[in-house]
Amino acid sequence: MSDLNTQAKEKYHNNFLKEVAANVEEGDWVKMCMQCGVCSGSCPFGPHWAHPPQEIFMMIRAGKREEVLTSDSMWMCTSCYNCIVRCPRKLPITHIMHGLANYAHRLGLAPKNQPTRQFAKLFWNNIVKTGRVNELKLSLGLYFKDGLASGVKTGMAMSSVGLGLVKAKRLNPMEILGGHGCKDIKGIQAMVKKAQEIEAKRKGFTAA
Amino acid sequence: MATKEYAFYPGCSSQPGASASNYLTSVNSMCKTLDIKLNEIPDWNCCGASIGYAEGGELPRHAMNARNLALAEKELAGQPVVATCAACWLSARETKERLDHDSTLKSDANEALKEAGLQYNGTSEIKHMVEVLIEDFGYEALKKPVVKPLEGLKFAGYVGCQTNRPFGIQGESFENPVYLDKLVETMGGEAVAYDQKVTCCGGALAFSEPEKAQKQIKDIVESAYDHGAEMIVTPCPLCQANVEIYQGDVNKRYGTKFNIPVLYYSQLMTLAYGGSAKDAGLNGQLIKAPKLEAFAAKK
Repeated sequence: MSDLNTQAKEKYHNNFLKEVAANVEEGDWVKMCMQCGVCSGSCPFGPHWAHPPQEIFMMIRAGKREEVLTSDSMWMCTSCYNCIVRCPRKLPITHIMHGLANYAHRLGLAPKNQPTRQFAKLFWNNIVKTGRVNELKLSLGLYFKDGLASGVKTGMAMSSVGLGLVKAKRLNPMEILGGHGCKDIKGIQAMVKKAQEIEAKRKGFTAA
Repeated sequence: MATKEYAFYPGCSSQPGASASNYLTSVNSMCKTLDIKLNEIPDWNCCGASIGYAEGGELPRHAMNARNLALAEKELAGQPVVATCAACWLSARETKERLDHDSTLKSDANEALKEAGLQYNGTSEIKHMVEVLIEDFGYEALKKPVVKPLEGLKFAGYVGCQTNRPFGIQGESFENPVYLDKLVETMGGEAVAYDQKVTCCGGALAFSEPEKAQKQIKDIVESAYDHGAEMIVTPCPLCQANVEIYQGDVNKRYGTKFNIPVLYYSQLMTLAYGGSAKDAGLNGQLIKAPKLEAFAAKK
């Protein structure tokens, strides 16, 4: 259990709905859910959610903090925005799910080896390094996330696709040496760092 | 008609040697015919895509997008920002919407932007290339330069998610948008009716949850075949990549024999405007499109 987590729990006296409203992206909308279930029925990965969005909303209101934040449900979101456009109450559900996953991730409660959590982290670190995506390093990073042996195996399985992309000039092996990037990468990194600091302050991500 | 100018945000996947480089090739050819001048936003950065949420959170992601918009305001004042990638467009619009309606978030973003010597004012309009075509030109004007109608070719217009939701194209429905079909028809091709037009391809989860995403891809491709399509056409680089690249894996997993080419609207337009296979970036297809290659070779 992280310090941030204990701190958040104490601050909101176990009122999880309040905590979500204060710290989660678009979290103040959670109380507006009327439990119709359209979101759950509209999700392309719906069957794979242990608790679909409708249930997550009710669990938040019921104070099931641990169950929600440790769930891998929100990590099933493909960002297709189907739930948003169909919600009769116009809840920004996609953003709330992103926000919950991000919050659980920041508090250290999200499932450890959740593949989308791992990929998302790889992705963000990849882009803030040069300012732009390095597709080659991103794919390799994903293949080798579980170690060398499984990386080589996945790499071999994907090699025909990779070679096809190289031939079609849609993947450049030279990207391994650095590849695309922004000129003002220093400015970008300073900007991101500043933004992280401000957000941490606003959302209580800094230990007191 | 006078040249139309835009502040252009090509996005990471459109760069040379990246997964949608052939998209940019065809967009450039199409724009040449339509007399569109794309002025690249100097030193633009990644939008963070949707998947950036987990590590990037809210403000850092908005700062990344605000930087691009601030650069456009400063260097290409008065020109609408146009993106060709669905995720770039969505992220930029999302940031604009949030910052323009939330003064705290806007001042926070500007405090961060100061570190990069920039300021976001919110003066630029943001458009997807498809909006430029439909709203700034219109189907009639797009039809005029057609010299080789795509007669007899059948396409499944695959709109996907992020060009369609949550913002979408003005006047189109989320459940059954028709602009892509209309673009295909404007170019003289046939747009087949099929039921997976706005189904999610799995997005970024095609990498992290391949099994689940490939079920989506299977449904999309299967329906395109079942309704008589010879090719799939899309406005989104990730839809294109996922639906094309993983057909081999889907075949292994489901015992199917899929091999359907997946193209961009701009490739069809380039060909209908008389461009060559090279102008249209057909050499970038992983699954070759022999019917289009033959069409392009025809005088």
